[in-house]
Amino acid sequence: MGTPASLASLKSIEWDIVIVGGGNAALCAAIEAREAGARVLLLERAPKPYRGGNSRHTRNFRCMHQGPMSVLTDAYEEEEYFHDLMLVTKGNTDEPLARMAIRTSESCLPWMERNGVRFQPSLSGTLSLSRTNAFFLGGGKALVNAYYNRAQDLGVTVVYEAEVTHINIEGDSFNSVQVKRDDEEAEISGKAVVLASGGFQADIEWLARAWGPAARNFLIRGTPYNRGEVLRDMLDSGALSVGDPTQCHAVAIDGRAPKFDGGIVTRLDCVPFSVVVNKDGERFYNEGEDVWPKRYAIWGRLVAAQPDQVAYAIIDAKSANLFMPSVFPAEKANIIAELAAKMGLPAGKVEETISRFNAACKPGAFHPTELDGLATKGIEPAKTNWARPIDTPPFYGYSLRPGVTFTYLGLKVDQTARVSNNAGLYRNIWAAGEIMAGSILGQGYLAGFGMTIGTVFGRTAGREAAAYVN
Amino acid sequence: MSIDVLGPLVGRQSQGPTASAAIDEARRQLEICNACRYCEGYCSVFPAMTLHRAFDDGEVTQLANLCHNCRGCYYACQYTEPHEFDLNLPRALAEVRVESWERFIWPNGLAALFQRSGMALAGALFGAIAFMLALAYGLRPESGEGFYAVISHTVMATLFTVASILPLIVIGIGVWSYWRAVGGERVKLKHLHDALIDAGRLKNLSGGAADGCNYEKEDRYTMARRWSHQAVMWGFLMCFAATVSGTVLHYGFGMEAPYGPFSLPKLFGVPGGILMTIGGVGLIALKLRAEKSLGAPAVWGGEMAFVVLLTATALTGLALYWATGTGAVRPLLIVHLGTVLALYLTLPYTKMVHIPFRLAALVRDAQTKRA
Ligand SMILES: Cc1cc2nc3c(=O)[nH]c(=O)nc-3n(C[C@H](O)[C@H](O)[C@H](O)COP(=O)(O)OP(=O)(O)OC[C@H]3O[C@@H](n4cnc5c(N)ncnc54)[C@H](O)[C@@H]3O)c2cc1C
Ligand code: SF4
Ligand code: SF4
Repeated sequence: MGTPASLASLKSIEWDIVIVGGGNAALCAAIEAREAGARVLLLERAPKPYRGGNSRHTRNFRCMHQGPMSVLTDAYEEEEYFHDLMLVTKGNTDEPLARMAIRTSESCLPWMERNGVRFQPSLSGTLSLSRTNAFFLGGGKALVNAYYNRAQDLGVTVVYEAEVTHINIEGDSFNSVQVKRDDEEAEISGKAVVLASGGFQADIEWLARAWGPAARNFLIRGTPYNRGEVLRDMLDSGALSVGDPTQCHAVAIDGRAPKFDGGIVTRLDCVPFSVVVNKDGERFYNEGEDVWPKRYAIWGRLVAAQPDQVAYAIIDAKSANLFMPSVFPAEKANIIAELAAKMGLPAGKVEETISRFNAACKPGAFHPTELDGLATKGIEPAKTNWARPIDTPPFYGYSLRPGVTFTYLGLKVDQTARVSNNAGLYRNIWAAGEIMAGSILGQGYLAGFGMTIGTVFGRTAGREAAAYVN
Repeated sequence: MSIDVLGPLVGRQSQGPTASAAIDEARRQLEICNACRYCEGYCSVFPAMTLHRAFDDGEVTQLANLCHNCRGCYYACQYTEPHEFDLNLPRALAEVRVESWERFIWPNGLAALFQRSGMALAGALFGAIAFMLALAYGLRPESGEGFYAVISHTVMATLFTVASILPLIVIGIGVWSYWRAVGGERVKLKHLHDALIDAGRLKNLSGGAADGCNYEKEDRYTMARRWSHQAVMWGFLMCFAATVSGTVLHYGFGMEAPYGPFSLPKLFGVPGGILMTIGGVGLIALKLRAEKSLGAPAVWGGEMAFVVLLTATALTGLALYWATGTGAVRPLLIVHLGTVLALYLTLPYTKMVHIPFRLAALVRDAQTKRA
């Protein structure tokens, strides 16, 4: 259905279920609820070209399977999946919820296919994920498009640029949402609500309050529309929260990326083959630490702790082709001092750092795709793998900044995705996706699990809410 | 192959930077895609792209000719306008493609004219029909039956031999320039095999793992474009077979047109013409509904005129068949032959050249894949 002329016109309809948000979790909920016969209104804050939140930036979801299934090879069973989750969260997870998400993921894949999502074999450069993660053909935006088409065919009403500013609750019951579009405001009632408005990473001030002023220099990898006002509003109303409020998941990305929405292309995979210095030209961490799964997250934090939240990776010609191409070309020079000057670094200091590093490199076999144990000797910090001298021009340099992917603080839910306050479960409020993911991902991040959580809990929330109104 | 004698003729085109804004824009976008790769499953452009880290002019041109404008990668892209990366790969590649044909085909100006102007093609059509009319009346045959009572066989055969051979030579030289520009190597049988199989099934129009193109229904996949194109392609090949079999019957067995309903030319020609007409009408309808700004808008009119001309060729051929024995044969034959003449003569300068260039691109792709 098209965008209604005014918000006021929406008030004349008696909505069964109001869905707040327009990403993966919201769409899964909308489709399930509508298929169960409910009258569904989906309120997406972003304009149509930017619909789909961070889900539009994704590429895969992690899926349990007991044998080859669709594009997935081999098997990936519950215990292994759960073990992988424990590894990254260091046990900071709600086991029953996590196991439910893992088990249900298996039936999600065929459901997604039925609703128009197409899969492709794992992308070049990501072979390590071909067993565990199913890749969306065309990525997350194509997935989101498929779901919007499906929702539209089913008769879900979708409104873009509709920002939910407040959830009206009385006692244990939801009554209505407060919505704003352009200059218009309206209160729209419904029998139940599904909250699927994502995380709060686009609210830099919130990040700065939680993390510290350094967060103002973070880049936000996803949508500028996930500002967490619904989460804030629910917490203010007394809803129970989970997840670490002070933390977010950040990785080191290309320092030249746009402030918002840079997405996947801004990632940089060069760190293991480089020497990384801060803006004073000094090394600060072992670039050769174990690659997977730790490095994925660790460099975001490391860079965040450096002055001005910036760092610089320097490689030489030997390593120039060992990692995925970058979206912005590297700075390039034939001598280190010139490269340093180009990047605005103290040239003398960088030269000194590199020559000390080079002197500490030892001969040995270099294997880019495995932990090769090729380590430096006699410097601090050491580089414990892939330590080759930076000595073959031309030299290349990239700047690195923390890029936020995910926030942990969220609403506490039960197995049916229902939200609660101190007094117990709300009667008619469900939550799905990143807004409740902290229950399962208390810390760390498991590639592809964000979309699994959104799909599993989105579908559950949609079904449960529909069952409640019917 | 001894085609190397053409070296001096075509050498002028394949050297040095092109300083082409279209190539630079496509290169900018390809570099973003190469860091992303989300669209890898749609078509052969992406797997070919990931073999490089940087793209020279020839590589951009090759990738552009592999693309068939299905638009899957536009609707799937998280970086389309208003995002600052402003991705529109289908359009960027279409513009390079069109420009490359204009650059490789001699004389450059003619391709630019017919590709960009539907009116020019319409002009060529009317010119050709007028010419046939003049021929039919100016060189009215003394004797002859059926078609040859309108125009003698000798005149017809000479005219169409010249009208088909000249364009083929021009196209041949153009494709050779292309081959040099994209760094093509010696062609082996297995490369041709791979390329023809892809082309025959229009494999890439299937959208890879998708269910077709994102063409006339925005981000919804449909097979309409693939089926329409298949109909035109196989219809065209059947009409071609009809012509060849007619020639063989004429010279080999002394049997003259018009042929009976169960003769080879008719058995190929009638279904072929029907297929081409249905497919052509389908393509016209699809093109009217598709978003212009995802192709090369400058050549929309020229492309549309070309599809109309192609469809008209089939339609007038069919009409001629049904008019056999009536007084309508004379005017219809003149119109049909005029249409065919216009189609042939403009061959190197219309969308028709996508066939040889795309085949060349597929052969080159097979080479890099097997390498
Ligand atoms: C670059 C990048 C790549 C990623 N890749 C992957 C991956 O490959 N696999 C994976 O599993 N995870 C990935 N993630 C994480 C993943 O994006 C999230 O876990 C997932 O998208 C969350 O889904 P969601 O539906 O909860 O939220 P979102 O998809 O972010 O949707 C939130 C929606 O709510 C809307 N909204 C926000 N506030 C309001 C409001 N007040 N009123 C109305 N609407 C509102 C937003 O506009 C948006 O439509 C990636 C994240 C990033 C940034
Ligand atoms: S078109 Fe967009 S989504 Fe597709 S590969 Fe290129 S940048 Fe990625
Ligand atoms: S438009 Fe289609 S064929 Fe062309 S590059 Fe994009 S996906 Fe490939």
